[in-house]
Order: sequence, then C-alpha cells, then structure tokens
Amino acid sequence: MKTAVIVFPGSNCDRDMAVALAAATGKAPAMVWHRNSELPPQTDFIALPGGFSYGDYLRSGAMAARSPVMDAVRAAAARGVPVLGVCNGFQVLTEAGLLPGALMRNAGLNFVCRTVGLTVANNQSLFTSSYAAGEAIRIPVAHHDGNYFADAATLDRLEGEGRVAFRYSEAVNGSARDIAGVLNDAGNVLGMMPHPERACDPAHGNQDGARLFAAALGALVG
Amino acid sequence: MKIHVYVTLKPGVLDPQGRAIHHALEGLGFAGVNDVRAGRFIELDVADGTTDVALDAMCAKLLANTVIENYRIVRP
Repeated sequence: MKTAVIVFPGSNCDRDMAVALAAATGKAPAMVWHRNSELPPQTDFIALPGGFSYGDYLRSGAMAARSPVMDAVRAAAARGVPVLGVCNGFQVLTEAGLLPGALMRNAGLNFVCRTVGLTVANNQSLFTSSYAAGEAIRIPVAHHDGNYFADAATLDRLEGEGRVAFRYSEAVNGSARDIAGVLNDAGNVLGMMPHPERACDPAHGNQDGARLFAAALGALVG
Repeated sequence: MKIHVYVTLKPGVLDPQGRAIHHALEGLGFAGVNDVRAGRFIELDVADGTTDVALDAMCAKLLANTVIENYRIVRP
C-alpha cells in the first residue's frame, strides 16, 4: 500500500493528512512536491490536502491545478487510482477539471471554521462504504471558498448518477443543493470541503473521518 | 504591448462580494444603485505580435474559470 500526499506551496493540512494516512495504512505516505512531474511508482492512493496553495492568488486552487505534478495526478486518476481532495484539494480538483463545478466565496462572505453536520448521500462509493446511507456524521470545515456551484444540468446529472457523496445538514456556505462532496464519473476521485483528517484520532473528539480512510484504504488492501 | 483582460462572473452566478459592496454603498447613503457585480482586471504586457489565439488560450486555460466566469480581451 503506497499512498502519496501532494504538497503545494501554501498547503497547510499536508501533515495532518499524512498522519491520517499513516494511521490507516501503518505506513507513512510519500510527500510529493508539486514541481515533481512524476509520482512514486505504484502509488495506490493520492491525497490533495487543504491549505491556501499560492495564497489563493487568482482563484483558490487555480495555480496549483496547473502545477507539473497535476499531469501525473490526472494520468493516475484516469488509470483508476483513488484521489481524495480535501478543502483546497477539492478546489484544485475542480480547477484541474477532474471534478465538475467550482467553489466560490461563501455566501455569507465569512470564513467558516467549525464542526458541521453532514449526511452521507452515497454510501456505495470507494470512499463512503463504511457509512450507512443517509447517516448523519460530523466533520470539521475551515474555508472561505466552499460555496459549490455548477449549472442546473450538471447538478441534476450529479444527483441522478449518485455522485453527490456528502451534503451539509445545516447552513454552512451557500453550496448548491447543500453539496459538500462530489465524485467523478468513475467514482475514484472524491472532492470534499470538510476535513476528514481532522476527525480521525480519539483526541480529536470525533472519529467520523477515520471511517472514510478505513473504507478507501481498506478496499485497496483487500 | 499592453493587453487588458476583464474577467466577470457569468450572468446568473450569485456574487456575494458584489452584493456586499452594494450593501455598503447603500450604507454610505448612495441611492439608486440597482446592482453591483465584482470582477477582475488583468493587465498583460506581451510581445508584439502575440496572436488572438494565444491570448484566448491564456484566458481559457488560466485567467478565467469558464465554469463560472466570462472574459473579454481588449487591445487598448
């Protein structure tokens, strides 16, 4: 089991992500600098962490999405390698065209930093199979640009194809149809604004996020 | 050669920043402001002879996110 965390200038949740991956797999992930044009051979799982890559210049995730390493991430995703983007990682995945839609400034204009309620909208995916359908879970968010936007036809398609993984169960950021996390059409790329890596350890007071890593990485081992 | 690029939110895309600016203008007592939309202005200094095709690619690939934004290229 080889996991990798992509590190951009301005990533700040990369080490939290590494701790979560190490706890789930028993092995430290490779930390891959964004200028690398290749991932370590036989990488089984890729995580794009939260943070403020390139200071959110131009648009959140816009610069990072054009980093050299993203061609390798795109190629791996096309081969079916699971890719998880959290917060800024989700923004990078939409900017890179690996997920539909865009993440805009929160509707209330405030930076939102608290633990929020989510419902599991699809528990049939690689990442969500440890949850019950419709289960209420709690995961922290910390973002300024988490307001998910896509046109109505795209939203209808995402919902029709079961590609909404998580929804907010409370008002958070104005996201279209309360979408908190979406999957790509093949189901191996998940982007989500909430931080599962911040709900992994007993000391976090909540381990709802650990089940995401257990499901996704457990499936790869098995 | 200077090139001006205007990046604006597509019609119908909610603009919370524009709305906040609108609200602030009203707070300052400016009446009759019907709507405010905020965008981005980018000035490029490019080699003479840079083609429209190249400028368009710069906008489509990086300067604008065409999921939510339109762009307009002006050669002043």
